[in-house]
Order: sequence, then C-alpha cells, then structure tokens
Amino acid sequence: MADHILLRHRDIPDLDQLEVYLEHGGFEAFKQAVTGMTPQEVIDVVKASGLRGRGGAGFPAGVKWGFLAPGVFPRYVVANADESEPGTFKDREILERNPYQFLEGVAICSYAAQANTAYVYCRGEFWDLAHELEHKIDALHEAGLLGEGIFSTDYSLKIHIHLGAGAYICGEETALLDSMEGKLGQPRLRPPFPAAQGLFAKPTVVNNVETLTNLPPILNRGADWYRSIGTEKSAGPKVFCLSGCVARPGNYELPLGTPFRQLIFEHGGGIPGGRSIKAILPAGASAPLLPATDEVLDTPMDYESVPKIGSQLGSASIIVIDETVNIAWLVHKTTRFFEHESCGKCTPCREGTYWMHHLLQRIERGEADLEDIDLLEAVARGMQGKCLCALGEFAIMPVISGIQHFRADFEARVRNGR
Amino acid sequence: MLAEKYSSEIESILAKYPDDRKRSAVLPLMYLAQCEYGSVTLEAMIEIADLLDIDVTQVASLIGFYTLLWDRPGGKYRIQICTDLPCALQGAEEFAHQLCEKLGIQLGGTTPDGMISVEGVMCLAACNGAPMFQVQGPDGIQYHERQTVESALALIDELRKRDDSG
Ligand SMILES: Cc1cc2nc3c(=O)[nH]c(=O)nc-3n(C[C@H](O)[C@H](O)[C@H](O)COP(=O)(O)O)c2cc1C
Ligand code: SF4
Ligand code: FES
Repeated sequence: MADHILLRHRDIPDLDQLEVYLEHGGFEAFKQAVTGMTPQEVIDVVKASGLRGRGGAGFPAGVKWGFLAPGVFPRYVVANADESEPGTFKDREILERNPYQFLEGVAICSYAAQANTAYVYCRGEFWDLAHELEHKIDALHEAGLLGEGIFSTDYSLKIHIHLGAGAYICGEETALLDSMEGKLGQPRLRPPFPAAQGLFAKPTVVNNVETLTNLPPILNRGADWYRSIGTEKSAGPKVFCLSGCVARPGNYELPLGTPFRQLIFEHGGGIPGGRSIKAILPAGASAPLLPATDEVLDTPMDYESVPKIGSQLGSASIIVIDETVNIAWLVHKTTRFFEHESCGKCTPCREGTYWMHHLLQRIERGEADLEDIDLLEAVARGMQGKCLCALGEFAIMPVISGIQHFRADFEARVRNGR
Repeated sequence: MLAEKYSSEIESILAKYPDDRKRSAVLPLMYLAQCEYGSVTLEAMIEIADLLDIDVTQVASLIGFYTLLWDRPGGKYRIQICTDLPCALQGAEEFAHQLCEKLGIQLGGTTPDGMISVEGVMCLAACNGAPMFQVQGPDGIQYHERQTVESALALIDELRKRDDSG
C-alpha cells in the first residue's frame, strides 16, 4: 500500500509531534463529530463502514457500541493496549509512532459512547511508552483538544493511562476490567457484558488500539471509501505482524483479504537460507497450526476465509515455521506459554495446561512413550468446550492441530529423544 | 514512607479514578514502592492497603499474579530476555544461554555483586527485534532490541557504572 492509513508515520516524518499531526488533518474528524454530528450519527457511520474489532474476535465495532445500556451514565471507554499475544507487535508501533491518531480514535469513540472518561490499559512492560503517552495527552489538554468544553461545546473528555503489571490474561476484556479495578485480572462470568456493566459496573466500551486508530480516517473519508478496501465482509486495512522464520519480520499494513503467500514471500522476503516453509500459525499461539500447502498459502487473510481452512485470523500475527522446526518443540513452547498465563480461575484450564506442559516436557526430553502422545491429545480434548474463557480453548489448538498434521514429529522425539 | 516522599505522585495517581474506586490505584502504587525499595516490601504493602482502605492480603495476592511485581529483591537490574516462540525461532534461546555463560550465572540467577539478574520471559511485543530483552530496574522498564551478546555486555557495564556514580 503506497499510502498507509494506520501506519501513516511511515509516510509522514515526525507524525508523533502534535503540530505535525495537526498539519496533516489531525483532529478534524473529532471536531466534525463533536460539532456537527450526534453520537448516534457517529455510531451509524462506523456501523456502515463495516469496521471489525482488531483485537482478535473481529466483532463489528459500531454494533458493539450500540449495545451500551441506554440512559445509564457515567460510561467509560477503555482502549485495550495489553498486546501480549506471542507474535503480536502492531499496537506498540502505533502507540509509539502514530500516537495522536490512536488518541483521536479514543476521543471519537468516547464521544460516540457519550463517555467523559477514557482509560488506556497498557501492559506493564510498556512503561516508557505509557509515560510518553501521558505527555501526549498533556499536549492535547494544552491545545484544548481534551478537557472541558471541547470546541466550545458542552462535551468534555479526559483520557488516563493505566499500567498493568505483566499478565497475558488481562488482555481478555473482562479480566482487564477487574485488573483496572485493582483486583486479580481474572475473567468475569458473562452476562453481564461490559456494554451493560463494565468498568466500575458502568456501561463500558472496550476496543483494541488498532480498531480505534481506524476511526479518524473513517470519519474523514467516509464509510463507502472504507468499504472499498478489503473484502465485502472484512473491510479495511489491517496491520499484519509477520515473525518467525522469515527474512523480513515486521508489521505490514495491507488490505484484509491479502493472501498469506503475498505477505510471507513478497513483503516478508520468504524463508532465509533457501529452506522451505513447513507451517503457519496465523494468530500467534492462539489458533490451530496450518501446514503450508498451496491451498493454505493462497488463502486470503480475512475473518471468513481463514476459518474455512481450519484456523482463525485472530489478531493477524503470522508466525512462519520452516522445515528445520520440530512441531513437538513448537507445541511445547506454546503450551508452556499458556500454562504460565493461565489465570487459575477454572479447573480445566489450570490443570489441563499443567498436564499438557508436563507431558510435552517428557516428550521433549525423550522420556516419553508413544502412548503419551495419545494421552496429550486426550487431555486437550478433555478441556475442549469446558473452559471459562477463550484462553483455555486457545491453549489446546496448537496441541490438537500439531498432532493432527505433524504426528511424525512427536514420534521422532519419542523415539530418538534429543 | 511513600506518602511523604511521593505525595504529589500519589495524589495524581488517585485523581485518575472515582473517589469511591481508589482500589484501582493499587498497581501504580506498588510500582512506586518497587522502584523505591527494589521490591514491594511488607511495610509498603501495609501502607498501600491503608491508603486505599483495603486489606493487606488484597495487596499481597497481586504479587504472585503479576509477573512484574516482586516481594523479594533480585538483581538491581533484571534483564528479562524474551524466549517465547517467535523470538526463539530467531535464536533467542542461544542468545540467553550465551549471555548467562559470559556472566557466569544460570538463567534465573543473579550475579554475585547483586547487580544483574537474567530471566527468560514471555512475548514482549517486539518479536521483529529478536534477540531482545527489557531491563527492569529502579527507573522503570526499558526495551533493548536487535541485541548481540557483546551489545548486552556493554549495556551491563554501563548499568554497573551508572550505579557506581549514582
Ligand atoms: C486470552 C485473551 C487475550 C486477549 N488479549 C488481547 C489483547 O492483548 N489486546 C486486545 O486488544 N484484545 C485482546 N483480547 C480480546 C479482548 O477480549 C476483546 O475482545 C477486545 O479487546 C475487544 O476489542 P476489539 O473489538 O476492538 O477487538 C484477548 C482475548 C482473550 C480471550
Ligand atoms: S480458561 Fe484459563 S485463563 Fe480463562 S478463566 Fe479459566 S483458568 Fe483463567
Ligand atoms: S516473542 Fe519475543 S517479543 Fe514476541
């Protein structure tokens, strides 16, 4: 894409400076919303644009805002900047390099939700970044773009940064809200959904950083323009995070529906050292592994096509695996991650991730029998559909798909040890 | 006491949340304590619990849950190398191993002078910059991407010097 819509800082130097952002049309969309549109009109435009949440689930943003409990105030907007999925590093680039477009998105979402307070929940590791963002927010206050009576209307808005302290599960929106309330970050039972009772039991919108960063261009250029990018059901641009065994790992902003092959080989430069590609994880550690067949490589990366071939697009964190990688080792890594990050609230996930990790350690060390592979699969299937939140379901996906497609790798580990 | 030394910081942290929702400030206050004392000490937990009108156990339980909080001191600077899948595919495990060897410690260990700990951690959202690590210390957390064993050792020297002069 010649002109970036989300990673605009790649085309415009110093876009992280407020003067520069304003010179390039910054905060015109927010001004247009606050001075010329009702909150409902903003929601309608976002609905019409087809924008879907970029945090993993792909839920239509405008539809979610429409669920806010009517007539209940105060309301809150929370930007999800917990970004902790292995292989995901897009929100960090946006927050660091194009922070004002993100903050303008938060402001537009807040106006649409009729919230006067918004929080940005940053993972604790984003310490420096969070302090930098606080300065950016101060600059917006000084410029009169935040605070009381914005654009001489009666709309007022404050944005605060809240730092987490290291826990992947806090990216799950209800765990995030509990964490913000000063509790252990563990998922809540739903319903009630955040739109009815979220932060401090008030109606709350939670959106991902990238989702919010789409809002200024949508208001500036219109829903029809936005829909002209991407596919019919998956509209707009997406930042794809490319990592693993690839020549040029990095973020690539491309229309939704771009095939895997184009991302990996054209943009990412293919696999280094003349090796061949073996498999793809399309959504970090949190979706089934796909063998890199021609059919898979030619699949468009959008919210409809990837499920059709047996996986998920999720946060679009594509991890490339080459032929030198043993899949039992890989599954050991992803399982170790989920065992570490399981919040412990429900038994199937807490115990299941422990036992899967234990079995995989045995397999990795060459101490296992062939039956242990079946046992591993049985533990995974036993967890399926029984976990309180999606983390438990994520944990079993690489295990089941890994054994399904690459059983020989597990057997090789068992037979030869290391 | 934190309350005396950091009264304006504490005030601005509390101002972010509704008056009856002070408990939301617990993580930021624990960070404040940790930067000051190197870990969240029992005295600090008691003080934070008092400030927020909650139980000390409600503060203490957070420490085991959140990986960036510590109830006992480790190295003054904690070098946390990401060894998660995408980084491991780019050589992060070898990098961690070699760095520990140079420092004469095991992964998870601390140098005899108490200055440097090296740990392996999960994804830090910098997978295109492997090998990479963050340094957690008295002045918060900083990222260091595209590292070599040499660049990491040079940084460690600098951290040790910074400590001598400060
Ligand atoms: C275990 C788990 C981890 C998650 N981590 C994140 C995350 O780091 N960032 C994020 O935006 N959404 C994450 N989500 C999704 C959120 O629950 C939520 O759907 C999202 O923030 C909504 O925003 P969106 O509609 O704009 O995508 C996670 C979900 C689960 C189950
Ligand atoms: S599935 Fe795992 S992470 Fe989710 S609530 Fe249960 S224990 Fe916690
Ligand atoms: S896997 Fe190392 S930063 Fe993401």
